[in-house]
Amino acid sequence: MLGRAANGVYWMSRYLERAENTARLIDVGFHLALTRGNKHSQDEEWKSVLTTTGQVGDYCRAHGEFTGAQVFNFLLRDKDNPGSVLSMVENARTNARMVRNSLTNAVWETTNEGWMHLRDLLARPVRETNLGEVLGQIRRTGTLVRGALEGTMLRNEVFNFARIGTFIERADSTARILDVKYYVLLPSAAWVGSSLDNVQWDTLLRSVAGNRAYSWLNAGALESRGIAKFLILDGQFPRSLVFCYDKLRSNMAGLAKQYGGETPAHELLRATGKALHETSIEAIFDMGLHEFLQDFIGKTGNLGNAIAADYRFIE
Amino acid sequence: MTAAGRTNYDEMLHEDGSVRPAYADFRNWYDSQDKGWLKRQDAEAERFFRRIGITFNVYGDDAAEERLIPFDMIPRIITAREWRKLTRGIEQRVRALNAFLQDLYHRQEIIRSGRLPISALRDNEAFLSQMIGMTPPGGVYTHIVGIDLVRTGPEEFMVLEDNARTPSGVSYMLENRETMMAMFPELFTRIPVRPVSDYPRRLARSLRACAPPAFKGSGRPTVAVLTPGIYNSAYFEHAFLADQMGAELVEGSDLRVVDGRVAMRTTTGFKAIDVIYRRVDDDYLDPLSFQPDSVLGVAGIMDVYRSGGVTIANAPGTGIADDKAIYSYMPEIVEFYTGEKPILSNVPTWRCSEPDALAYVLDNLSELVVKEVHGSGGYGMLIGPTSSKKELADFETKLRARPDNYIAQPTLSLSTVPIFTKEGLAPRHVDLRPFVLVSPEGIDITPGGLTRVALKKGSLVVNSSQGGGTKDSWVLDE
Repeated sequence: MLGRAANGVYWMSRYLERAENTARLIDVGFHLALTRGNKHSQDEEWKSVLTTTGQVGDYCRAHGEFTGAQVFNFLLRDKDNPGSVLSMVENARTNARMVRNSLTNAVWETTNEGWMHLRDLLARPVRETNLGEVLGQIRRTGTLVRGALEGTMLRNEVFNFARIGTFIERADSTARILDVKYYVLLPSAAWVGSSLDNVQWDTLLRSVAGNRAYSWLNAGALESRGIAKFLILDGQFPRSLVFCYDKLRSNMAGLAKQYGGETPAHELLRATGKALHETSIEAIFDMGLHEFLQDFIGKTGNLGNAIAADYRFIE
Repeated sequence: MTAAGRTNYDEMLHEDGSVRPAYADFRNWYDSQDKGWLKRQDAEAERFFRRIGITFNVYGDDAAEERLIPFDMIPRIITAREWRKLTRGIEQRVRALNAFLQDLYHRQEIIRSGRLPISALRDNEAFLSQMIGMTPPGGVYTHIVGIDLVRTGPEEFMVLEDNARTPSGVSYMLENRETMMAMFPELFTRIPVRPVSDYPRRLARSLRACAPPAFKGSGRPTVAVLTPGIYNSAYFEHAFLADQMGAELVEGSDLRVVDGRVAMRTTTGFKAIDVIYRRVDDDYLDPLSFQPDSVLGVAGIMDVYRSGGVTIANAPGTGIADDKAIYSYMPEIVEFYTGEKPILSNVPTWRCSEPDALAYVLDNLSELVVKEVHGSGGYGMLIGPTSSKKELADFETKLRARPDNYIAQPTLSLSTVPIFTKEGLAPRHVDLRPFVLVSPEGIDITPGGLTRVALKKGSLVVNSSQGGGTKDSWVLDE
């Protein structure tokens, strides 16, 4: 397999995952803003969405206020925003087109159709009335492509690189959401138990599609430390850090098996994965959640770079 | 231009409106179909093409805009007898083209004999001095050739153009057939149509048969398709062929010269390639030998090629054989190398570099088609009968300034084949590009080829870049 093709499937998956995560954050921002009475706190919610995706700086260069429609249009379809959902889905589709021969028809066609559909939906500014349809389509595209990969691809290097892209992106995303949201929530620790606070924590879970799962596991009781534990250490939850690393380990093992050996990236993966499994939520809070997450984000970034270098993604 | 007032040959209907035998079975089927259903199938075909991404990019259009080549669902039908004759003519011509290239880059007997003036080579950029004295692996120059044919009468097929560089369109031939078989399977059980689907396998076999001396493995030679990348107008085809052949699809940035071989960067290191089916032009192949700023090729590939480390298909420098200035000498070329009269005729051609010819062309500009010698894709050409006075005057200025840059041909009365329209079947002008594979094992012609059709009523321009469409092309079995 060409190094460039490995790079292509890896980024195809990463971009689709990132687009989906952005859609989910917009969804949450929209729900929260609806529950806010005054414009000021609505704007604050939208600003917080931009902070979580790391695009608040880019946004402020072009816009003054954090009005809902302006923010979600910026995140979804702004031509000057390279991190918009439309750009990301386009990037995913361009990467898929570049490595088309490594993909099954089903994977290529779902990616291509998803892009065509979104391009049409995002051709005109999105209004609150059709925001739900747009966000649904973004999530559906990611879901369909993952399903096509799962259902039609040989379990070879191509599949493994695609999955590695998904889980590197997802691990990074969950860690960032937790970091930003938790940081925002911390000053309100004294408010624990108030309804506003519950809405906030519920938001955090919704951002990673974990509200239902968490409620089911914890009989509906929202508790700040329990939520952090769930998102970091619960191996059953498909967006937790531990889950992502378990999947990375399995797909990296697939590569080692196929290529007849491990690379330095396997070492990095093992070290971070082992630490995750051996730590506890108490130890994480002793270290400081923010410090822990920043360290994790850095290590996941290093892992991605090591995989790109070891498998010759670029010259 | 319109063909109004001319009588052109219609491939389905006799002049009295009765159906020719080649189309009899198809017309019976067509007449019994519900027309509303056919219209729905027609719309379905377009969705199908777009979904699987058979698109092409048009140069000069909005950046990276992807368009579909319109597909018309009425097949173009060629009888077994017609095809036999075409096959013999094409084979003869392709043999002559390869012998001609071998000669041009070695002893140049044809020039010594006075059949071809040296001026045809002089200042011709398609002639590559880097190829002089070099014989490609297996002695094959043009591994893949597309011969553009037009028909003007029951027995008159003429060669409009030889495509000896990197002819494209074969993926449409294959996808058109796939689409037809998916939409109208019962047609293929009723009518014996010769299959085309094994083209990629035959292409792979043909390319492997041309492995370079450096290939000594016991396994199969490694084949790769070299593409300029996703923004190239024919990218879909490059990916499609690589996929169908089980070959790697590589870009210049994947390749480098390692230990005297051309090698591709894989996830586990560099791996040597034996045969490169390149879909980049000569100019971009090797920045060390040709365009220094090219990022599409591989630095040093020409040195590897000359030392027998890799096969490049088609060989660099084959463009000289399909140059429009050379085209006018093709009857002499065929006779010189095969010792036979050409089976397929050329379209009469005036070389504007010759004063008498230029005078004639200028006098009759409004009747003629004038083409740039090195142009392709229907760009930069004048179609006299459909041009305005101003266009004619503007073109005359260009022609007088650089007469050697142009050739002229009569406006041919191209044959017509029906297309499907909302109002029913309607005749439109077509051409045909059969695809020919050349290897040391022989010459292999896939039955049929790509039929391009001018969708606009009366139009004679079939190029996809100019609004033409394509059809499935059937060769009937004996």
